[in-house]
Amino acid sequence: MSTGYFRYSTRLALVLAAFALVGTSLLALIFDATKGNIAASEKKAKLALIAQILPAGLVDNDIIGEAANLPPQKELGTAEATLIYRAFKDGKPSAIVLEAIAPDGYAGKIKLLIAIKENGEISGVRVVLHKETPGLGDYIEIAKSQWIKVFDGTSLEKYSSKDWKVKKDGGQFDSVAGATITPRAVVKAVHKALGYYSANREKIFSLPAQETAK
Amino acid sequence: MSYKEIIWSGLWKNNAGIVALLGLCPLLAVSTTVVNGLGLGIATILVMTCSNAIVSLARQWIPREIRIPVYILIIAVLVTIIDLSMNAYVQPLYLVLGIFVPLIVVNCNVLGRAEAFASKNPVFPSMVDGFMVGLGLTLILAVLGAMREILGKGTLLSGIDLAFGESAKAWVITVIPDYHGFLLAVLPPGAFIGLGLLIAGKNWLDQRQASKAEPVRAPETVPAAA
Repeated sequence: MSTGYFRYSTRLALVLAAFALVGTSLLALIFDATKGNIAASEKKAKLALIAQILPAGLVDNDIIGEAANLPPQKELGTAEATLIYRAFKDGKPSAIVLEAIAPDGYAGKIKLLIAIKENGEISGVRVVLHKETPGLGDYIEIAKSQWIKVFDGTSLEKYSSKDWKVKKDGGQFDSVAGATITPRAVVKAVHKALGYYSANREKIFSLPAQETAK
Repeated sequence: MSYKEIIWSGLWKNNAGIVALLGLCPLLAVSTTVVNGLGLGIATILVMTCSNAIVSLARQWIPREIRIPVYILIIAVLVTIIDLSMNAYVQPLYLVLGIFVPLIVVNCNVLGRAEAFASKNPVFPSMVDGFMVGLGLTLILAVLGAMREILGKGTLLSGIDLAFGESAKAWVITVIPDYHGFLLAVLPPGAFIGLGLLIAGKNWLDQRQASKAEPVRAPETVPAAA
């Protein structure tokens, strides 16, 4: 009796294993066939995003291929290694694009992509990911409003530390009434990122390019 | 079951969104605009048609005792394949539908149709069933999305440019000009209220139909599910 039961469950297990084997082989096959295309389209999407905040005239190198791995940085709010993109023009450093996280949004972390020109001036900022209230705090998204462009052309020289705040707190940056927590977090994160850049300028441009870009 | 019955059941009588009440999690989360609703709907139609076809083809090799894990395996493999292929070959569409596709693995409508229909029927009717149940869900998602978008933002078809490029921005219809938005409709409670209204509307239509045909018939009860 018990051997019959054992044989029956073995048979079921084998059937299940057969389905799993067929399924995983199929997945491996498709994964391999689509890998190249996916990498290419992801690179294209990334380039398109970077092109929004970095004028094409500043770049003549392979900005994605020469990206470097940046370990977590306290000033950037990053908890994991991120990619940092270095733009060169005629062999000279012209700008960087880095990821920063504003940890104190109204509904958690706000992920930003910040482009800083070599001279420490902001070229552009975009919100990559956020969970702020739809219709209220989401005006930081370029799709919803032009607010995020207030950072274009700003720098540590243009505004002193006490000006790097929303107007409600006595600073230079506009915010929408009823939704100040969100822009406050973004302004703070951009300010810190500028500080990080000015303190680490040399180091950033000399970081070796990551090798797993292929 | 005739094709006519399959179609009627999928689109109206056992509609996944407002009668079976299966897969509410993505339904409520994604129906903030028409475009989002349609996006999830189309991705679901695709997965359900394919998963019903495969389950129906493989049904004679699937022992009853392990059918659920096998279905889940088939659906997960299928969804991953669709996810990868869309990402590789139709990138613009993937950028819009991409976030919805993984949600479908856990949509119990897909598993439900595999179990209730495809495991007992030939391939072609199973595909029709998958397609029609998916279409029924898509219609509800689109209607709910439209309700929430008009009430919440005063527009229709916002975000369509993600699917059809910058030029499609002109297709966005401003229903109420200078509207300041009604947050409740955009947030999850708005989805529950909207869905409740749709269910009530369907029941009202059904009861009116029934009382016309046969005045003394008791109203049909609605089966509830998780």
